[in-house]
Amino acid sequence: MHAEAAMANEHHHHVNTDATDVFGFWLYIMTDCILFACLFATFIVLNTTGMGAPTLKGHLNLHDILIESLFLLASNFTFCLAVLNLNKKNLLRLQGWLFVSFLLGASFVYMEVTEFFHLAKEGFRWDLNGQVSSFFTLVGTHGFHVSIGLLWILLMIVQMPILKMNDVAKRRMTYLGLFWNFLDIVWIFVFTIVYLTGAI
Amino acid sequence: MLQKLLFGNLTLDAIPIHVPILVGTGAILGVVVAAILLLITINRKWKYLWDEWITSVDHKKIGIMYLILAMVMMLRGFSDAILMRSQQALAAGHAAGYLPPEHYDQIFSAHGVIMIFFVAMPFMFALLNMVVPLQIGARDVAYPYLNSISFWLTFVGAMLCNLSLFVGEFARTGWLAYPPLSELYYSPDVGVDYYIWCLQIAGVGTLLAGINFIVTIFKMRCPGMTLMKMPIFVWSALCAMILVALAFPVLTVSLALLSFDRLFDMHFFTDYAGGNNMMYINLIWVWGHPEVYILVLPAFGIFSEVVATFSKKKLFGYTTMVWAMAVITFLSFIVWLHHFFTMGAGADVNAFFGIATMIIAIPTGVKIFNWLFTMYKGRILLATPMLWVIAFFTTFAIGGMTGVMMSVPPIDFQVHNSLFLIAHFHNVIIGGVLFGYFAGMIYWFPKVFGFRLDERWGKVSFVFWVSGFYLAFMPLYILGLSGVMRRINHYSDTMYQPYFIAAALGAVLIFIGIGAQAIQLIVSIKNRRALRDVTGDPWDGRTLEWSLSSPAPFYNFAFTPTVQEIDQYSLDKEKKKNLHSHEMHYEPIHMPKNTSIGFIAAMFAGLAGFAIIWHMWIPGIVGFVGMVGVLVARTFMTNIDYYVPAETVKQTELAHLKEIAHAR
Repeated sequence: MHAEAAMANEHHHHVNTDATDVFGFWLYIMTDCILFACLFATFIVLNTTGMGAPTLKGHLNLHDILIESLFLLASNFTFCLAVLNLNKKNLLRLQGWLFVSFLLGASFVYMEVTEFFHLAKEGFRWDLNGQVSSFFTLVGTHGFHVSIGLLWILLMIVQMPILKMNDVAKRRMTYLGLFWNFLDIVWIFVFTIVYLTGAI
Repeated sequence: MLQKLLFGNLTLDAIPIHVPILVGTGAILGVVVAAILLLITINRKWKYLWDEWITSVDHKKIGIMYLILAMVMMLRGFSDAILMRSQQALAAGHAAGYLPPEHYDQIFSAHGVIMIFFVAMPFMFALLNMVVPLQIGARDVAYPYLNSISFWLTFVGAMLCNLSLFVGEFARTGWLAYPPLSELYYSPDVGVDYYIWCLQIAGVGTLLAGINFIVTIFKMRCPGMTLMKMPIFVWSALCAMILVALAFPVLTVSLALLSFDRLFDMHFFTDYAGGNNMMYINLIWVWGHPEVYILVLPAFGIFSEVVATFSKKKLFGYTTMVWAMAVITFLSFIVWLHHFFTMGAGADVNAFFGIATMIIAIPTGVKIFNWLFTMYKGRILLATPMLWVIAFFTTFAIGGMTGVMMSVPPIDFQVHNSLFLIAHFHNVIIGGVLFGYFAGMIYWFPKVFGFRLDERWGKVSFVFWVSGFYLAFMPLYILGLSGVMRRINHYSDTMYQPYFIAAALGAVLIFIGIGAQAIQLIVSIKNRRALRDVTGDPWDGRTLEWSLSSPAPFYNFAFTPTVQEIDQYSLDKEKKKNLHSHEMHYEPIHMPKNTSIGFIAAMFAGLAGFAIIWHMWIPGIVGFVGMVGVLVARTFMTNIDYYVPAETVKQTELAHLKEIAHAR
């Protein structure tokens, strides 16, 4: 690069471009991916201990799980609508769709917690054996991530007017979008490996 | 009820007033800390400390704080080593030594945890912070604020570990806390909880720092510096940080699952109710094996830089060096099972992991030969950094050789968990990692502090360290082959005693070496005017950091450098390119403002960790909510950066030029 060109860029050098920041968030998502991979591995190992204990199969309500999944996937769709409105700089609609995403995600968490209580009442408790422990930990860790995402969505609803939808706000929406999509993908695996396989 | 929620299981009985060693240590430590606090208050340095250090987001200052943390924790880890060596030298036959088993077991657990997590890791991040941004021509790391959080989380983890000395007790399980011993049933006290939470908090800090440096290295390099033109230390840092990002989540999960077993009566690793304790041992080594490469790869980077600079030659085989590191990075993930061949996975599995382990010797051998060929026909300057490198060659070769021996499963069955293993990994961690970091510290010391370290005392410490190391660990090989197991508090066969006494004497020599390093530091500070590095290039260095003044200005580079070749700075010097000019047109520089958020958030994290250890639920919630609260509050702050005026930059740069001219 020519010295003049370098100098023209000079004082912008430290300002992170969006790409740099988002790259870091991708890396974080990747580490989270490994975290879930370990939990899945633990679940699979402990799930086949062959003990004569109550199994998930006896208590499973696939119907509810499907509705739960649809809530989460729908919240992802409405989140995308929110991002569209951010690009159009339409604050009210942006906040509206974020709020819809929040409600859908909250319904997911509500149904999951209800399911947990239902399972515990029927005697499928986490202190029963390793298999149940790994079930509650894997599904619960996903639910915990979703709950953090919900708080984050509320934070974005509040921050959007304060930050006037500037570049910082946009970047944070990109992060949140990555996070929210990622949790959907993890859920697909939970749905398949834990629930569908568990129902067989 | 309220008392239970506020204080949990914590009572005054947790303070060990009946253990004289701990009371003595506590009293001395209390006096030292009080003296330091008093000195700060008398000299009215609190504001300076807060404004310039605690809230700093400058990578160089964060690096110095990491270094201080590592040095202080090394004193603690080394005291543990002295205690162990002296106990084993005494406790033969009818003599019981002076440390009861429940205390001795805490000491060897704390020694391992401290040396790996709170000495080696902070030491590595100290060097990375001090050097990587300067070598790639950047003004700071990619996320300076995150860097501050990472440091303070590591700091809080270390302090939590230290607190276990005086409030409650530490784990008695060994440094990896294998279940079922670490389960509630066998370890009902808070020792293992201290272990879990000090590592969990420090581990999150490390993970964030790892992400930070990957982004820094990929995205913040100066124009022209393609990946294959990066200084080799930056490559080693990149490989190590990729390992951090891949391995540390596994540590988080292993520790979390163990804590669930202990907190919520779950059954991941219990030896009943469907738990599987080998699952923990697999998980922890999936993290643990890459961890040793996380430590040693940056040391390899340092050796490469030092060998090239002090042989006055370009590094031999740069490309093969990079590939060797990349191969080691990959292989380090498929060898974890060699830590427990005795699990009984069967001949096929053991053979796979054994062969994969042996293959690591190939890229490592490539590196050793590259360093030797770099020295070949070079004009070698035997300054202290180079001495450490030469000591490393032989020491590390021995350690590597015994490692290859143990990678053969049938041999491993014989020496598993014996002192042979202890000798092996101290051989590679001290001889590889620590010697490398010492070389790096002496090498880059002038760049960070502005003056060189005293050579004479450096050589004294070198002689004692290296001879002490051999005397301390070679007997352990013999003992291990004779069947002595690790972690023993007492042995009945007095035939072993001479070897243990020799090992203890070795530890004494190392102690003298550490003392010489302390004297070296004091002498160097005293003579800092004579040792002042005026030019900023005391070793005739080859990479960009030496083009700056020493210490480097807080904004690092007044102008973003451009690079055409590996070792660009050495090329510029050869071509006598005019590196400094008075006629430059200076521009304002955009910088991040200091912030106290990282410090405060980490303190809340520490409170939360301490509260969970003792089941103090109200303080626990306060800690967690407080941490999340300040981090969220930060997202509302907009006044987080500023511009350094062009005039300030100009004055700083001109002062450096004047100093150079004056020196000539």
